[in-house]
Amino acid sequence: MDPHLTCAAERRFPDGMRVEARFEIPTPGFSVTVLFGPSGSGKTTVLRLLAGLERPDAGRITCGGTAWADAEKGRHLPPQARNLGFLSQAYDLFPHLSLAANLAYGLGGLSAAARTARVAELVALLGLEGLEDRHPAQLSGGQRQRAALGRTLARRPSLLLLDEPLSALDRPAQLRLRQELRQVLRRLEVPTVLVTHDRAEALQLGDRLVVMDGGRVCQEGEIQRVFDRPTDPTVARILGVETVVLGRVVDVTDGLATLAVGEARILAADPGSLGTRAYVCIRGEDVLVERGEPGPSTARNRLRGRITALLPEGPLVRLTLDCGFPLESLVTRHACTDLGLVEGEAVTALLKASAIHLIPHD
Amino acid sequence: MDWEAIRLSLRLATLTTLALLALGLPLAYWLAFTRRRWKFLVEAVVALPLVLPPTVLGFYLLVAMGSRSPVGRAYEALTGHTLAFSFEGLLAASILYSLPFTVQPFAAAFAAVDRGLLEASWCLGESRARTFLRVVAPLSWAGILTGMVLSFAHTLGEFGVVLMVGGNLPGRTRTVSIAVYDQVQAMDYGAAGRTALLLLGVSFLVLAFTYGLRRAQRKPWTLI
Repeated sequence: MDPHLTCAAERRFPDGMRVEARFEIPTPGFSVTVLFGPSGSGKTTVLRLLAGLERPDAGRITCGGTAWADAEKGRHLPPQARNLGFLSQAYDLFPHLSLAANLAYGLGGLSAAARTARVAELVALLGLEGLEDRHPAQLSGGQRQRAALGRTLARRPSLLLLDEPLSALDRPAQLRLRQELRQVLRRLEVPTVLVTHDRAEALQLGDRLVVMDGGRVCQEGEIQRVFDRPTDPTVARILGVETVVLGRVVDVTDGLATLAVGEARILAADPGSLGTRAYVCIRGEDVLVERGEPGPSTARNRLRGRITALLPEGPLVRLTLDCGFPLESLVTRHACTDLGLVEGEAVTALLKASAIHLIPHD
Repeated sequence: MDWEAIRLSLRLATLTTLALLALGLPLAYWLAFTRRRWKFLVEAVVALPLVLPPTVLGFYLLVAMGSRSPVGRAYEALTGHTLAFSFEGLLAASILYSLPFTVQPFAAAFAAVDRGLLEASWCLGESRARTFLRVVAPLSWAGILTGMVLSFAHTLGEFGVVLMVGGNLPGRTRTVSIAVYDQVQAMDYGAAGRTALLLLGVSFLVLAFTYGLRRAQRKPWTLI
């Protein structure tokens, strides 16, 4: 079967900037594809190409068997004909219309009764009860975000495009809405392309990851695979953290969570709202390495493992350990020679529970 | 008081305003939202009547409407009389002369509407025309009103172009501003003063009404 959406298109701007988008979404059901990369990497342009707000200068975009754009044949389906939901970073709610009128804006094809029913449904889905008559200026940031999301969902689009949907919010609202957002999307069974430059947001919301840099796609694939095995150093640098692994939450007590990662058990500070699974993020400089059996220490995590790779990086050495999952550690060259560490050596990795960052993923 | 000239001026101003509404809205929309690189050339042409002496504009229009030009000949063949020195010729001249007074406020108001709102509307399935009616017009009605009032008031007060293109034919091309000139030439200062006062009063009232309305009604108007 052909993938649901195939994008192999290029847009050239007068100022010389080129954005080349090459990725696909395999199935039509629920999935979140995250376009991830630093600002200026072309993520928003890719989203606008998908929406039909930009015309590709080369290549083609196909969705659900329909050619949306084909530069060679001069074909370009306007946004009106693509049945998609596009949520821009600024939300772009119509300032002169009430919340209810904003939600109903794209529902001109329905009867008045059906329209009212759909608006009521969206208001309930997004928890906006009692705000129907307010204008956008009278809503809080979070309410505006949900209103704009509701408006893009109203027409039951076959593809949802979200451009940094949470970036306009303050930090606590971001964390709260992140969780809500994935639940809402899951319920709607609609494939989503989401742009973000926030790693935690990508991990919590995404199923697939498309890493972009300098206007081109560096790597694409299932999110854990991309984090596990960046194909080039650029991707690794963009992804930032040395170790990111998916773990199963087995216990949460006294503000500490225990997660099973392969054979290993990892203890970390509970970020709250943990479900059944979470990503365990560990920075290389937080991993201490000891030879042989560990002595007493305040570190709550002691993982037995073996050195599988030893890569000098300037004054530091990057150690890859096999502790039942790949764990990276950054140590100084001195420490490395003092301990006489070599490949294949059995070691113990020490990790403070407070240095481990958990990102819920359900 | 020359009531014939007043009636003619009001008729000319009303028709000019309506014609410019039909012509100016699409032109201003194009100017506000196009990404064409040669847009500045169109902007310059639209603004020309602001800086050209009315006599220069009038001269070219007169030549263009004359029986030696294709436009003039075609009009004569169609209607049996010349375009120059007729009400229709005057109307055409007024439309061109007031173009910037309409188009510039329209375009400025449209340009102030966030492009993201238009794109949001397109992605919600609404055509460009319906997006204009549902989003752009309600958010820029104050600019549209200003443009219409300015074109009305400006047409009421134009003199040079009217004289060049229309001449001074009572009931056909003799407008209020020409009547004032005639009255002064005839040393009839009393009549000139009355006519001038009327023009002053009407102009002030129209402008005061417009600005008052803009002040009272800052909220957008919803059309559909």
